[in-house]
Amino acid sequence: MEHWIIAPIVVPAIVGPMIGLTMRHDRLLQRVAGLTSSAALVGLTLALLVAAANGTVESYELGSWPAPFGIVLVLDRLSAMMVALTAILGLVVLAYAVATGWDQRGRNFHALYQFQLMGLFGAMLTGDIFNLFVFFEILLIASYGLMTHGGGRMRLRGGVQYVIFNLAGSTLFLFALGTLYAVFGSLNMADLAERAQMLPAGDAALVRVTAALLLLVFVLKGALLPVHFWLPNTYALAPAPVAALFAVMTKVGAYTVIRVYTLVFPDTLPAMDGLVSDVLVPAALITLALGMIGVLGGRTLARIAAFAAIGSMGTLFLAIGTFTETATAAALFYLVHSTLSGAAMFLVVDQVRARRGNSALALQAPMVGGGLVAAFFFIAAIAAVGMPPLSGFLGKLMILDAIRVQPWWAWGWALVLGTSLIALVGYARAGSALFWKPHDNSAPPPEDFTPEDGAQSGWGQAALGGLIALIVALTVFAGPASRYARATAAQLYTPETYIHAVLGTPQERAARAAREQALADAVHGADHAAPAHSVTEEGH
Amino acid sequence: MEVLVAIAIGAMTAAGVYLLLRLRTFPVVLGLSMLSYAVNVFIFASGRLLAGAPPILGAAEVMTDPLPQALVLTAIVISFGMTALVVIMALGSYLNAGTDAIDIEKPGEDPDRAH
Repeated sequence: MEHWIIAPIVVPAIVGPMIGLTMRHDRLLQRVAGLTSSAALVGLTLALLVAAANGTVESYELGSWPAPFGIVLVLDRLSAMMVALTAILGLVVLAYAVATGWDQRGRNFHALYQFQLMGLFGAMLTGDIFNLFVFFEILLIASYGLMTHGGGRMRLRGGVQYVIFNLAGSTLFLFALGTLYAVFGSLNMADLAERAQMLPAGDAALVRVTAALLLLVFVLKGALLPVHFWLPNTYALAPAPVAALFAVMTKVGAYTVIRVYTLVFPDTLPAMDGLVSDVLVPAALITLALGMIGVLGGRTLARIAAFAAIGSMGTLFLAIGTFTETATAAALFYLVHSTLSGAAMFLVVDQVRARRGNSALALQAPMVGGGLVAAFFFIAAIAAVGMPPLSGFLGKLMILDAIRVQPWWAWGWALVLGTSLIALVGYARAGSALFWKPHDNSAPPPEDFTPEDGAQSGWGQAALGGLIALIVALTVFAGPASRYARATAAQLYTPETYIHAVLGTPQERAARAAREQALADAVHGADHAAPAHSVTEEGH
Repeated sequence: MEVLVAIAIGAMTAAGVYLLLRLRTFPVVLGLSMLSYAVNVFIFASGRLLAGAPPILGAAEVMTDPLPQALVLTAIVISFGMTALVVIMALGSYLNAGTDAIDIEKPGEDPDRAH
C-alpha cells in the first residue's frame, strides 16, 4: 500500500495543471479529465479505506527522509474515512456541476476543482503540522477561485470578505505555529505528541497558549461561534454546487480538532487540564442555538441552508468537545451524515434558483417540474433536521447517548432537542413558502429571469438523487458505519499506534540508534586510524 | 535584542489589527500585510535569536536553528501571493460593485439576481 498513500494528492496535482494549461480551450476535454480524475480518486480513496479498516496505521516518508525530520503522510482509520468522504462528495458535486452547466459559467472551474481536492486530501493525510498549514493554503486558494466562480457583484463582494477573513486566519495559524515550534522544537505531530508528555511543568502556560491559538484557527475553519461570521455570506453567495463542496471544508476544521486534540494536546495532559472541552462545549451549544435560530429566521433558502450548516457544526463540536471514545464515535458518524445532507440541501437550493430565479421565501408562480425538487427538499430537510428515519436521527441519537454521562448533559439534551424542533419549524416554513403555497400564476418570477435549461437537466437531478441515495445508504448501513466509527475512535484514543507507526516502536528506535552508533564508531575509528597510520609512515 | 524584536512584533501586530478592522478594502489589505510582516519576524524569532551564527552544522562554534528560516521563507511566499490575490479581488469587486466597503448591507439578496 506504501506509495498509494500519496496518490490522492499526486493525481489532482497532475491533472489540475494539465486541465488549466493544455486543455484550456477544449471544454469537453476539461470535463472528461475532471470527471475521470475525480472518479479515479474515489477508487483510490476507497482502496485506502479498505487498507486502513483493519486498524493498521501506515506512515509514508516523503523523499525517504526519516521522521521526525522529514514530512510524513499518515493513513489511519480517521484520515482514510475523511479522504473517502471527500472523494465521493467531490465526484457527485462535480457531476452535478457538469450536468447543470455550472462549470462553464467562468473559466478554470475544473482546474480549481482538482486543486481544491488536492488541498483537502493533503490536509487530511499529512502528519506534519506545518505541512497542514501549507495544504490549508492550497485548499483556500482554490476555494477563493471557486467561491467567485461565475462572477457577479454580490458574489465578488462576498468573495473579498471570505478571502480577508481566511487570510487573517492563516496569519493566526502562523502565530500558533511559531509558538508551537518555540515551545516544542518540532513540527511532526507524532513527535509533538511524545514531547508534550515530557515538557517541564514550567512550560504549561506556553502549551496552553499554543493549544488555544491552534484551536481558534481550527474552529474558524469549522465556523464555531464566535468565528462563524464568514460562513452565511460565503455559502449563500457562492455558486450552489461550490457551496455543496464546501460542506466538507468546515469538516476539515472538525477533523483537525479531532486529530490534534486527541494526539498532541489530549485533555489528560497535565498542562491542558480540560482546557479544550471547557471552551468547546459551551461554544458548540451557543453555535447550535444560533445556527438553528438562523434556519428559522432566514429569508432565502440559501441562507437557511448556510445557517443549518452552522447548526450542524455546533452539534458536531458538541460531540467532539466531550472527548470520550463514544462521543467521538458519534461525532464521526454525524460528520459523514452532516456533510452529505448539507451538500444535498445546497444542490436543492440550486434547483430552486434555476427554476424561479431566486430562493427567497416569497410567493411566486409555481416552478416548472417543482414536484421532484419538492421531494428532494423534503428528504434533504428531514436529513438536515435529524428526523427519523434518516441517518441524521441516528447521529443525533448517538450523540445524545454519548453525552448522557457528562455533568452538563441536561444542557446538551435540551439544546440538541430544542434546536431540532426549531429547525423543523424553519424548514417547514421554507418548504411551504417555496413548494406548497404557490399555486396561482398571478405572482410571476422577476422580469429579467429566464429559466436555465442546464439546471433542469435530468443528469443534474440524477446527481442530486445520488447524493440523497448516499444518505439513505448511510442509514441502511448504519451498523457497519458506526462500527467503523467506534473502531476509529478507539484508535484515536490509543495514540501510541500512531506514534509508533510514524517514529517506530521503542525496539525499532533502539535498534536504529544502535546501528547509527556503530556507524559513527566505525567512521570515528577510521578517522583515528588514518592519521596514526600516516604518523607511522612518517616515522619510518 | 529580544526586547527590541518583541516590541517591533507587538507594534506591527497592533497596527495590523487596527487596520484590519477598518471598513474599506485598502486599509484592510495594508493591515493584512502588516500582520504578515509581524508573523514572519515572529516565526524567525521562534528559533531563538543569535547574532552572527550560521545556520550550518559544524561551520562554527555556535549555530542557529535553520528550520525557522525555512518556515519563514514558505510563509513569506504564501503571504506575498495572497496579498496579490486579495488586491486583485478587491479591485475586481470595486470595479463591479462601485464601492470598496467591506460590509454587505443587504446580505439577503440572491447572488444570481444581482449582476
